[in-house]
Formats: sequence, structure tokens, C-alpha cells
Amino acid sequence: MFKMTPQVLQNLFSPKATRRYPRVARTPYEGVRGALRNDIENCSLCSVCALKCPSQCITVDKKTATWRYDPFACVFCGICVNACTEKCLHQERAYHHPVTRREPILLKGTLKKTPHEKA
Amino acid sequence: MLKTIIPFGPQHPVLLEPLHLKLTVEDEIITDAFPALGFIHRGLEMLVNTHDFHQMIQVVERVCGICSMMHAMCYCQGLEDMMGIAVPPRAKFLRIIWSELHRLHSHLLWLGLFADSFGFESLFMQFWKIREKVLDLNEATSGNRIIVAVNAIGGVRGDLSVEQLNWILAELTWVEKEIARLESTLLSDYSVKKRTVGRGVLTTEKAFELGAVGPTARGSGLAQDMRMLGYSGIDRLDFEPVVETDGDCYARSKVRFRELHQSIDLIRQAIAKIPAGEIRTRVRGRPEGEICARIEQPRGELFYYLKANRTKNLERMRIRTPTFANIPALLSMLPGMWLSDVPVVVLSIDPCISCTER
Amino acid sequence: MQQDVITVSSDRLVGEVARIRVEGFRFVTMTCVALEDEIFHIHYHFDRDFMLKHLRLATSMGSSVPSISPVYVAAFLVENEIQDLFGIRFKSLVIDYDRTLYLDGGVMVTPFCKYSVNGPDRDTPVARPTVPGT
Repeated sequence: MFKMTPQVLQNLFSPKATRRYPRVARTPYEGVRGALRNDIENCSLCSVCALKCPSQCITVDKKTATWRYDPFACVFCGICVNACTEKCLHQERAYHHPVTRREPILLKGTLKKTPHEKA
Repeated sequence: MLKTIIPFGPQHPVLLEPLHLKLTVEDEIITDAFPALGFIHRGLEMLVNTHDFHQMIQVVERVCGICSMMHAMCYCQGLEDMMGIAVPPRAKFLRIIWSELHRLHSHLLWLGLFADSFGFESLFMQFWKIREKVLDLNEATSGNRIIVAVNAIGGVRGDLSVEQLNWILAELTWVEKEIARLESTLLSDYSVKKRTVGRGVLTTEKAFELGAVGPTARGSGLAQDMRMLGYSGIDRLDFEPVVETDGDCYARSKVRFRELHQSIDLIRQAIAKIPAGEIRTRVRGRPEGEICARIEQPRGELFYYLKANRTKNLERMRIRTPTFANIPALLSMLPGMWLSDVPVVVLSIDPCISCTER
Repeated sequence: MQQDVITVSSDRLVGEVARIRVEGFRFVTMTCVALEDEIFHIHYHFDRDFMLKHLRLATSMGSSVPSISPVYVAAFLVENEIQDLFGIRFKSLVIDYDRTLYLDGGVMVTPFCKYSVNGPDRDTPVARPTVPGT
């Protein structure tokens, strides 16, 4: 007769199945592909990342030495990170916080002199 | 008796997929069903003109939001066969581990939605609680919860360490225990049986004739599972397709439930037998020729036709997803049903309209 | 392809498909490839015991092809899709959506190839100028 009572008591006194987010947040796992960052000082503007990107969200302009990235077109696949020749691209563990306007990220780098120019 | 035509979908509180059905109803019993598609057609096959064959992997992953890894795997397998690239054995086993984790998450999702379709919301939440653990496994091992982006032409993009493999095994023990706890609620409950037994019957002959695939066909007695082809190292594992003979919604949900256990078993076998070695072979050159590739998605047989002509863009890519093959079978299941059975029957084929209309 | 591909002509198509059905093959799908010079190849894929078998039919812009849906009912859906996307007409389709399965009623272009259908019967093809980059 009392088939539901043990289940009800168990449900009343067992810990909650869900986390009390945002007061309690889980630290993201290692290797999560979050927001993309570029250490522009080490970037050689080779534009391999722009060539390999599936959603074409990176544009590299060698003449003005700018690296332009649209975080709203990016699919966070990490192919640019794998392909980067200087290893200056990396992905953080957390996603980008919400913003109210879509703005691309524009970074100004220094075009490294080729050995021919240095001489 | 008056005939009424009731439009069902694409927006409906119980229907989760944008499928439109014109149901001819006589006194609450359905006499005819006529589908309309095209609400979510994105023309992804035409993106071969603008993306090269490496970038297409990311496009193909986004055809479906539930079984995305299988699309990428089928595409990569097709191109590897076309270009004659040998995938290292470790990469094959890693692909099996991730694709069986994908099958687990997809079946758990479906079981939850199925319970929701006849109003059993608490069972829906319980299945999705287990699914969260599987998605945590995906996230920790590959970097993302569902669109895992681990496939590359020639292998996989990331490796799994011994600690990660042991952690997967430990978490799967918890998953298995929780699934066993829900088994009697799903399969022996009086209300669940009343809503699903005898509904949406598909006989074995009709399933073969209409080209049904996946658990829809296996619930009707056809032992047809593309994993029997033995692709990607599955031929080195013990595998038997799960078959039920009744052909109704209850049989199909039983097939998918038993496939949960089968996936956990396949992952354990793959982790036990995984060899050491490299995970990716270098790809040189461009593809040429035509090829057909097939794998077993959670919903059935996925078919890819690829044609290339030695340029960096493919010439043609054709995707035939399992829901596309199951829609004629759905249309034969609906006549004779009550109007209130329509959501249950439509959901029992596991529709994924974004796959169907890519 | 590594499996056998048989080329058929449109008058022998339905007979060949009926023979394949009697031999116990399951219908998988159809693929349409738009080639140069307004020629289309329609591939029919069948499966038995996990072995694929293919038929290839060459057709040109504006011509009509006999439908195999009287033999395999499940083919009606993919033939309607090819009608919508490539503009090829199929004769004696079991259920004919008349090019409204994916496209709306008034749409005149065929999305997957380079011509549009114009004219009063919407079947007379007119070459569409190709835009570079599309």
C-alpha cells in the first residue's frame, strides 16, 4: 500500500540533483575550447589561421599589420590554434561573457622583418 | 462521418521537430497523413563550392545538432577511402569511443523526449540528468559538449590519456547504474505501456519495402545495423544488433534502451583493446573520384556520396540521413491511430528534421 | 566507385529497377549531380546484404525522367527533392508536390544548379547568368 512513501521520503531528504548556479559554479574542464586569444607580440602575421578557418572569421592584413577576428562568426573549433606557426593563438577555458554589441577584435601587430630586410 | 484535415506542426507544443503533417481525421481516427518539409532547408550541400574539403568537416558537423560527430566521421571515412589514406588503429578506436558516447547521449535525449511526449515529465528529467554526465565526458575529453570536432581527415585531432580512459570507465559505471534504476519505470509501467504498446505498428515486410533504417527497422524485426560492416575497428569488437519483433512504439523504445547498454559495452571493449600509436596520418594531395560511405548513426543508416575532381573543392556531396528514409515508414504507421497517438508515433521514429533537410 | 555501377537509359530504367526489386534489394537513395554542359547524372543506390549497387542515368536539362516510385514507394520523397533543387521533372510520381516541397509556390530558380525555370509551364529551362563566386 505504501509504495510511494519511501520514494517521497527519499526525495525529501536527499541532496539536490542540480547545482545552485550562479552561486555555485563548476570550474570548466581542462581543454575546453572557449574564447580565442592571440598574443599579438609573438604573431608573425603569416595568415595560416585565416586560410584554415572554416567560418572565415579571421582576416590578416600584412600591409597594416592588423589581425582582425570576429568572435560572433567563430565556431570555436580550434583549427587555427592547431595550425598556428608561432603558437601564439590559444583558447581559454571560459566562453566570452555576453555583450550588447557585435564588435570584432582588432589587434595591431608588428611585421617581423625578413632576414633579407634585416641584412 | 465527417472528414476533417488537421494541420500538425511545424510549431506544436508536443512536436519537437519542424515537420508538417496534414492529417485527415474521421471522428478522431486518422485515415491519411501527408507530409510537408522544407522549413529548415539551409542548402548545406552547396557549401562545397565555397569551402575546401578540409573546412567541410566543420560544416558537415553542423548538419545535425545531436549526431554531429557521426556526420564528420562518415565524411572523413569517405574521403579517406577515396584518397587511399590509412587511418592509424588508435585513431579508429578513439573514433569508436567518441561515437558510442554520442550514441549514448542521443538515445538518452530521445528517451527523455519520448517520455515527455506522453506527459511523463519527471522521467524526462531523470534521463536528461544521466545525459548531463555523458556530456561532461564529452566536454572533458574533447573540449565541447556536443559538437566535439575531433575528426580530421586521416585520424583524430586529440588523444585520450590513460587517466582520462580510466575516468570514462568510472563514470560509465555510474551511468549504467542509473539507467538500470530507470528500466522498470520505462518498460514495465502501466501507463507507459498503455500509450505505446500496439501503436504505430510497422510489419517487417513493410519496413523492408519502405526502406526503413535504424531502430525503426530493428524494432520491426529487421537485423540491419551498419556497424555490422565493421568500419573503423568495430570488426575487432564483439557486436550483435539489437532486434525486437513487435514493430510498435514500445518495441522501438525497447531497442533504443537496450542499445544504451550495448554502447556502454562497446566503449568498455574499445578502451580495453585500444592500441598505442599515433592518432593522425598526414594528408597530401587532393581527392579524385566518386565514393559512397555509410555508417550507423543513432537514428539509422547515414549515407554519403562524395565526388571530387582533384581541386580543393569537392564537386558534389550528397547526404541521405536516416530520418529521410524513415518518413515513408512514418506515413504508413499513422492511419488507424487516434489523434492523441500522433505525437507518440511521430517521435518513435526519432525524427531529426535538421538532418533531413540539411 | 568500388561497387558496380550500371549505366541505364531512361526507357530501360523502370524495368531494371523492377528487376532489382525482385532480387531483394532495398532502396537507399538517389543522387543528382549537375555536370557541365547542362547534363545531369542521376544515381540510384540500392543495398542487399550490406553490398551497394548503383545505377547511373544521364539526362539533360529540360527532359523528363520516368519515376521509380511505382516500384519503390519510398522514392517519392527524394524524387520530389530533386525536382525542387535541380528542375528535372519525373513522370508518374506517386505523390507529386509540383516543386513546392522545399520551395515556395512562386519560386522560379532551381537552387542547386545554374539555370532557372521560366515560362508559363515552369518547365522550360532558361540559362541563368552565373555570378562569379556562387
